[in-house]
Amino acid sequence: MLGALFLILVFPGFLFLSIFGLVLEFIDRKIYARLQNRVGPPWFQTFADFLKLLGKEDILPTEANPHMFHLAPIFALTAVVTVFLYIPLWQRESLFSFNGDIIMILYLLTLPTLAFFIGGWYSVSLYARIGSVRGVTQLFAYEVPLFMSILSAALLADSWSVAEISAFYARHPLYCLFNLAGFAVSLVALLGKLEKVPFDIPEAETEIVAGAFTEYSGRFLAFLKLTIDIEMAVGSSLIVAVFFPFSMIFSPVAGFFIYLIEVLGVVALLSLLRTIVARLRIDQMIDFCWKFLVPVALFQLLLNLVLKGVLPK
Amino acid sequence: MHDAEQFKIPVGPQHPALKEPESFSLALKGEKILGVDIRLGYNHRGIEKACEQRSYIQAMYLVERVCGICSHSHSTCFIQAVEELAGLQVPERALYIRTLIGELERVHSHLLWLGVAGHEIGFDTLLMYTWRDREIVMDILALLTGNRVNYGINTIGGVRRDISAEQKEIILKGVKTLEERTKYYIEVATQETTIIKRLSGVGVLSRETAIRLDTVGPTARASGVDRDVRRDDPYAAYAKMDFKVITDNHNDVYGRTVVRVKELMEAYKIIRQCLRDMPDGPITVRAPRKIPAGEAISRYEAPRGEDVHFVKGNGTEKPERVKIRAPTLANLQAVKEMLKDRYLADMPIVIAAIDPCFSCTDRLVHIAEKKMKKIMSWEALRNYGIAWHKAHGVDFTPLNQLFRKKLERT
Repeated sequence: MLGALFLILVFPGFLFLSIFGLVLEFIDRKIYARLQNRVGPPWFQTFADFLKLLGKEDILPTEANPHMFHLAPIFALTAVVTVFLYIPLWQRESLFSFNGDIIMILYLLTLPTLAFFIGGWYSVSLYARIGSVRGVTQLFAYEVPLFMSILSAALLADSWSVAEISAFYARHPLYCLFNLAGFAVSLVALLGKLEKVPFDIPEAETEIVAGAFTEYSGRFLAFLKLTIDIEMAVGSSLIVAVFFPFSMIFSPVAGFFIYLIEVLGVVALLSLLRTIVARLRIDQMIDFCWKFLVPVALFQLLLNLVLKGVLPK
Repeated sequence: MHDAEQFKIPVGPQHPALKEPESFSLALKGEKILGVDIRLGYNHRGIEKACEQRSYIQAMYLVERVCGICSHSHSTCFIQAVEELAGLQVPERALYIRTLIGELERVHSHLLWLGVAGHEIGFDTLLMYTWRDREIVMDILALLTGNRVNYGINTIGGVRRDISAEQKEIILKGVKTLEERTKYYIEVATQETTIIKRLSGVGVLSRETAIRLDTVGPTARASGVDRDVRRDDPYAAYAKMDFKVITDNHNDVYGRTVVRVKELMEAYKIIRQCLRDMPDGPITVRAPRKIPAGEAISRYEAPRGEDVHFVKGNGTEKPERVKIRAPTLANLQAVKEMLKDRYLADMPIVIAAIDPCFSCTDRLVHIAEKKMKKIMSWEALRNYGIAWHKAHGVDFTPLNQLFRKKLERT
C-alpha cells in the first residue's frame, strides 16, 4: 500500500512529474529565448512563477459556476498525471499496464482540453468562451492525425500496450526508421495539444487575451500551467516510448538518462518548431491538419500495414 | 453562443493587442466580424490648446511629444510652419540634418512596426530580431541628438547639433549592417509560409476606398495610391534626394508589409545621399522671439503617413492656434472597412497594419447620447452633486468649512 502511494505521489508520480514538467518548461523557454537572441529565464524561474502563483489570491467571477470553475483544473491535472503511470520510462514494464492501455492514454490526454473547455465555458467571460470553443474545434483537427500516427506504430508492433510496443522497437531498433513520418505528424499534433505556436489559437494573446484561462488566477491558474507543463512531459514521453524507446536496451540507470535525453530532444524540436512560424488562424489550422497531416498519417498507416506482412517478426 | 446569435466583444480600451488605450467594439457571429465601432478619446492630452499658452520654442518641444515614435516628424512639421510665418531662410546644412534624422526615424519606426506586426500574428521571433536590430538605429540617434526618442534637435531657424566626420562613419557602418538585416527581413516577410498565410488577403482596402477615405502613408501606398509628400511637395532637403516612392497593388496587410520593408531600403539610400552631399556652413539662423501674424500650413511625410500642422500667429511670442492632423486620424476610418467580414483572428494585425498611434490622433469628442437631458458646466455638475448627496442625507458642508478654515490658517 505504502509502496503504491510512493509510486503515485513521489516517484515517478506527482512530485517527480511536477518537477520534471517545470524543468522542461524552463528548457523550452530557454531554447526559445536563445533562438530569438534573448538571454532567457534563470533556471529557477518556472519554480518561482509556480510558487508565487500559489500564494496569490483566487478570484472567482461573480457569474461563473464555482464548482465547474474550480473542478476543471484539478480534473485536467489528474488526467495527465495518471497517464504517466502507463508509460514505460527506463524499464521494460510501465508501472501499470494492460493490453489496450494506449487507447486509454490517448483518451486521458484528450481530457485536459475538455477540462479547459469546461473551465473556460463556465467562467462566462467572452474571451474565455471564444477560447474554449476554439480549443475544442482545434481538438477535432489534431486528434485524428495524432491517433493515426501513434496507432500505426502500434500496428507494426502488433500490440495495444505501450510497454509491449516499446519492447518491440527496443528489439528491432531499425524498425523505428519506418515510423519517421508518423513521428513528424505526432510532433506537430503535440504542438496543437500543448497549444503552442503555430497552434496557440485557443489562447492567442493578442486576440482573446488568454483564452479559456482568462478568468483564472492564483492557485487554479498555477495548476492549469502545471497541467500544460506535465502534458508536455507526458506527451514527449509518449512519443519517445512509442517511436524511439532506446532506453530499454540499456541498464535501468543508463536507460533513465537516455530517456531524459530523448525527451529533451523532443522538447527542443517543439521549441524550434514554435520559433520559426507564425500563429495560424483556426480555419487555416483545420485545413492544414486535414489536408496535410491526415494524408501523411494515412500514408504511415498504409506503409505499416504493408510492412507488417513483409517484415520478419 | 449559438451560430445564429450575435454578440459584442470589447477590444480595448485595455487589451493585449493594443499598445495604447482605444476602444474597438466588435460585433461577432462565431468567429466572423459583422461590424466595428471605434471610439476615440481615452488619451486626449490637450496639446493643441496647451501650445497657445506657450512661446513658439516651448510649443515646439511640446509638439515633439505628440508622438513617441515619430517625434521628429511632428516637431519638424510644426517648425516648418513657424519658419514660414517668420520668413526665415533655414541654412542648407540644417535641412540636410533634418532629413537625415527624419529618415533614421523612419527606419526605427518601420523596424518597430515589423516587430509589432510579428507579435500580433504570434510570430515573436520576428519581434525579437527586428527590435534587436532597431537598437542600432536607436544608438545612432542617441549619438547624434543625445536622446533615443524625443530628439530635440530642431530649433526655430535650424538645428541644434552639428554632425561630425566621425559620426558620419558610425552612421554609415550602422546603415550597412541594417541594410543586410533588412534584406533578410524582406526575404522572411515575403517568403515564410505562415506569415504569408496570415497576411495576404487580410484587411483588403481597394484603391477607390483608400482614396475615398483619404488614407495616407504606407496604408494608401499599399493600395496603389501613389502619394508621398516627400516627392509631391518636397520639404527639407528631399527635393535633392533621389529615391523611389514605393507602391504596391496587393491592397492587403501583406502589401503594407512589403511597402514598409521596401521603404526601409529607400531610407538607407536617402541617409547615404544626405551624408555624401551635406554642404558645409552654419546650422542655424537667428530667429525672432515674436513671430509675425499670419497663417501657415506645413506637410510632412511621417513614417505613418502625411502629417499636417496648421499654425496661426498673432504677432506675439505665442501662437494663436495650432492644429495637428496626425496620420492615424486619416487612416483610422479605413480599419472599419478592412475588418468587415473578416475573422476575429485578423483583428490585431489589421489594426496594427495602419501602424496606429492613438495618442497622436486622439481628440476630445463630445458624445451626445440619447439619454442625456442637458449639458452641464463643471460648476453646475458640482452643485448638482452636492444637492444630490444632501437629498440622500449626506452633508459635507461642515467638513468643507473645516477644510477651508485650515487652508486659510496656512
